[in-house]
Amino acid sequence: MTATPASAKSKGGRKGPSALLTSVLVLPAGLWYLLLLVTPLIIVTVFSFGVRAKNGGYSPAFTFDNYIKLITQPQRLEPFFTSIWMALGGTIGCLLVGLPLAYFIATRARRRKGLLILMLVIPFWTSFLIRTYSWLIILGKDNLGGMIGTLIGNPDFRILGTPFAVLLGLVYGYLPLMVFPLYVTLERMDRTLVEASKDLGAARLATFRQVTLPIALPGLITGSILVFIPMIGEYVIPAILGYGRTFLMGNALVDAFLQTRDWPFGSAMAVGLILVMLVTVSVYVWFVNRGRITRDVSVL
Amino acid sequence: MSAATPATTPVAAPAAAPVVRRGRAGKDPWAWVVEAWLRGHASLAYAFLYLPIVIVVVFAFNDNKLATTWTGFSLRWFGEVFKDQVVQAALRNSFSVAIPTAILSTTFGTMAALGLQRTPRRFKMVFDALTYISIIVPEIVIALSTLVMFASGFELLQSTTGIKLQMGVPTIVAAHMLFNISFVLLLVRARLDGMDRTLVEASFDLYASPWRTFRQVTFPQLLPAVVAGFLLSFTFSFDDYVITSFVSGPGSSTLPIFIFGQVKRGVTPETNAVATMMLFFTLAMLAVGQFTLGRASRKTGGSGTGGMAGMIAEQA
Repeated sequence: MTATPASAKSKGGRKGPSALLTSVLVLPAGLWYLLLLVTPLIIVTVFSFGVRAKNGGYSPAFTFDNYIKLITQPQRLEPFFTSIWMALGGTIGCLLVGLPLAYFIATRARRRKGLLILMLVIPFWTSFLIRTYSWLIILGKDNLGGMIGTLIGNPDFRILGTPFAVLLGLVYGYLPLMVFPLYVTLERMDRTLVEASKDLGAARLATFRQVTLPIALPGLITGSILVFIPMIGEYVIPAILGYGRTFLMGNALVDAFLQTRDWPFGSAMAVGLILVMLVTVSVYVWFVNRGRITRDVSVL
Repeated sequence: MSAATPATTPVAAPAAAPVVRRGRAGKDPWAWVVEAWLRGHASLAYAFLYLPIVIVVVFAFNDNKLATTWTGFSLRWFGEVFKDQVVQAALRNSFSVAIPTAILSTTFGTMAALGLQRTPRRFKMVFDALTYISIIVPEIVIALSTLVMFASGFELLQSTTGIKLQMGVPTIVAAHMLFNISFVLLLVRARLDGMDRTLVEASFDLYASPWRTFRQVTFPQLLPAVVAGFLLSFTFSFDDYVITSFVSGPGSSTLPIFIFGQVKRGVTPETNAVATMMLFFTLAMLAVGQFTLGRASRKTGGSGTGGMAGMIAEQA
């Protein structure tokens, strides 16, 4: 796509940078991808077929045991499902909060919009870790957690350490990522379509369902993918707000690599997690290619 | 607008105003309910987004030794923090990671974006795939596999050559650069794609050398994206916990690692003070971006929301 202007120019016979310069430009980044992305992923894939060394770590072998363990032992597979369910719940939560918010921002006057978007970028820009641990203070038994406890007359009531706390953390942490693409689609929406629908006597709900929602759909799908994928691999939120009790994939991985030091099994889990991502993204790309999602709001 | 009409023509107003309102939304008497709900929802959503940030900053000034209950205003935790050797070391480490990461990622990412304009199609496809993979693969997977690579690699190196290497600031920088190069690459490329090609053509027509064209035409147009990329990679590197914690070695703890350790033992006012300092540094970065890029986009008659914020919102 972008190659067209460049090739057009070289066809014009003008003196452009040489092939040597091009390779020099691309080399450092390419080297980085090779050494710090491709190599580690290859190592993990190779390790996933190995066995655990006596003192932990990796011992060379070729066996499918780790994958078999992963599939046949339900308690090993559980973090996978917990992650997927939590990520789905988090995505729905982000949508419920994010869609009206994006619609609100998109329908403001131009200057207001800029300010409101900036106000979304600020939390997004702020340390994830800090924003997460702050909920420890808010939901703790000295504040909201305790308050609700006294209100319902149960002094043992806790929010922290429950799946709900993790879910709240997920929605909170990823909300801006959901709102950005939704806003971009809604902002470009032709407002006259809504007017036309109303003029034709459609009820507000019907207008929303038949006009606004289809237009917002690309942003909705992109936003969902943008939050769903990192939520599956989330580590910090369950570790802090779930006290490590709501065991997601990230926590299971760290446990395998650092606690039990079963590197081959951990590697098999990592490969499994990457496969889940690839499947999700492939479905998304398939949607993009079918033209359901316009190019300008897609992540890929 | 319609609200201003009655003030200028008071006589005609009572008759005119309802007509105007009917024309706009007369068929939909629920319009104001929806509008009120939207406003309420948005206010709550923003409160939800800002509450945790405000809480951390407020409790950093709390006099109480327990972080969770408010007893009075005090600056003493900042004093404690500045005396704390561990925090000072962490602060130094954070900067010695974030500054090289930002400089190198911005340079390599921008170079790659420029180079990729003229590479063969197939090469570009592979490169793009790697760029997206580096962003899509969960941070925890990248962190653990990089850890395994460094650990195994260093072990192998020691057993074969006797050279003993350890993880530390260089390994953190190397790991951070991976995903930051990808972000810079995407930012700069988006800018390149939206660039006015005719200016480059004109420059060549005027017999400017490729280098001069780059310096005087291409680069000035790219600059906003380069600046945004630099600030973004600085901030991401400065704030990163997951990757940092797995590829750091003894004595290379950064501020996020310090905070995470504190959080695990129970949040103290000191934690909040360190966190507040971190917030200050990163928001200063955003402010710089917003200011310089806001000016740049006004100069070029930029579109949309403008500035850094608009760039990030549209990039996502």
